Amino acid sequence: MRNFKDKKQYVIPGDVITTSPLRLRENVMLDGKKIIATSIGLTNIYDDSVRVIPLSAVYLPKIDDIVIGKITSIFGNSWFADINSCYEGMLLGQDVFGRGSSPTMSDMKSRLDIGDLICAKIANFDRSREPLISIADQNLGKIDSGELVKISPPKIPRLIGKHGSMIQTIESSTDTSITIGQNGLVVVSSNESNGLLKAIEAIQMVEEQAHLADLTDKVKKMLETNGD
Amino acid sequence: MVINLGGRKSDMVLLDENGIRCDGRKVNETRKVTIKAGVLKNASGSAYIEFGGNKILAGVFGPRDVHPKHMSNPDTGILRVRYHMEPFSVGERKNPAPSRREIEISKVIKEALEPAVMLEKFPRTAVDVFLEILQADGGTRCAALDAASVALADAGIPMRDLVCACASGKAGDALILDVNNEEDQAGQADMPIGYMPNLGKITLLQLDGVLTPDEFNKCIELGVEGCKKVYEIQKNALREKYFSKGD
Repeated sequence: MRNFKDKKQYVIPGDVITTSPLRLRENVMLDGKKIIATSIGLTNIYDDSVRVIPLSAVYLPKIDDIVIGKITSIFGNSWFADINSCYEGMLLGQDVFGRGSSPTMSDMKSRLDIGDLICAKIANFDRSREPLISIADQNLGKIDSGELVKISPPKIPRLIGKHGSMIQTIESSTDTSITIGQNGLVVVSSNESNGLLKAIEAIQMVEEQAHLADLTDKVKKMLETNGD
Repeated sequence: MVINLGGRKSDMVLLDENGIRCDGRKVNETRKVTIKAGVLKNASGSAYIEFGGNKILAGVFGPRDVHPKHMSNPDTGILRVRYHMEPFSVGERKNPAPSRREIEISKVIKEALEPAVMLEKFPRTAVDVFLEILQADGGTRCAALDAASVALADAGIPMRDLVCACASGKAGDALILDVNNEEDQAGQADMPIGYMPNLGKITLLQLDGVLTPDEFNKCIELGVEGCKKVYEIQKNALREKYFSKGD
């Protein structure tokens, strides 16, 4: 499954990737016998399947994704958060105050007000309703400090790296702590401003060069040279 | 021979005896096309096209919430297109309010893009395409469609294929590719074609003028050839934005 047959190729929508009978995965479609890319990106051809890793895409919520959102409105018993997607995240009051509670508007505002940043998990999502988000877990909830960086959502796996190698490299060499949302929002926090700026620079470098190989080494080199 | 250019009389020759057109092109030659993807920071996707004398800016937003809410569809996303000519885009100031012609072109461009865009992945949302004609020189609907399709791909919206467009027509009793402003006004026929090159499907076909059935078939063939030329330029514009850095 993990063995690459061919070198990765760059595709744009409409490009024919292959005509061999492979299982279709993300961002590809079948037209007769031709397998066609539907997104700008890099192809990955495995032994039995094919997919395109997009370089530009809209974030679609997936259950159990960790996302970073900004509260945009409070309505009735719930908060609505901008989660950098085409849908707004809905956070129910009972998720924060417990079941059966009926918090007043001032209760809700004192806990989370409009403009607050939260780290949340997608609790439920189907195409007929707004995605339900939850902050009832460890490490979730309001984010008090840090710098918000926005990158393209499909590049998040690159920022994390294999088994978290990329993000660990950036965190350890700049002495920062980085919270990554799968929706393309990243919060960097640190007590020291130089490290903070360097970490942001590294994240932006990942975003710009996500389609190139050996990115972890390049970022490592960049972080080392700047440290001098 | 005296020809009529939008009410103005001119002794311009549309096609001379050597088969050279009024702007120096051969009959099967397009004008110079340049496209640049990702020119606007605040839009999800954008493109700028120069198609001969046409200068067009395309911006795409979304998928995003639909307002007014009753327009949203729980089964699929919707596409909205606004084609708009700037007051300074033509010789005499154009009233910036949407005219009958602009509303029609918005509709045909929307319908030309719909088969390509996979909106069913984003139910209850809208994708908005804004096309601003900064300078018009005949064939703006084709050029605007070319820019719109590059901007949609740039926005990361899944597409079955890019849509490329080019007009063909008849002027000076000859079939010509890529009709310019003079040929549009004084020529015998103008036929804009929108085409999905990899799927081999036509998504836009209009005809203004008179052609025999035989001429019509030849015109389509000629137009599709032109579309394929434009497609290469669209492809290069996207490749340049996404794959050139750091190579």
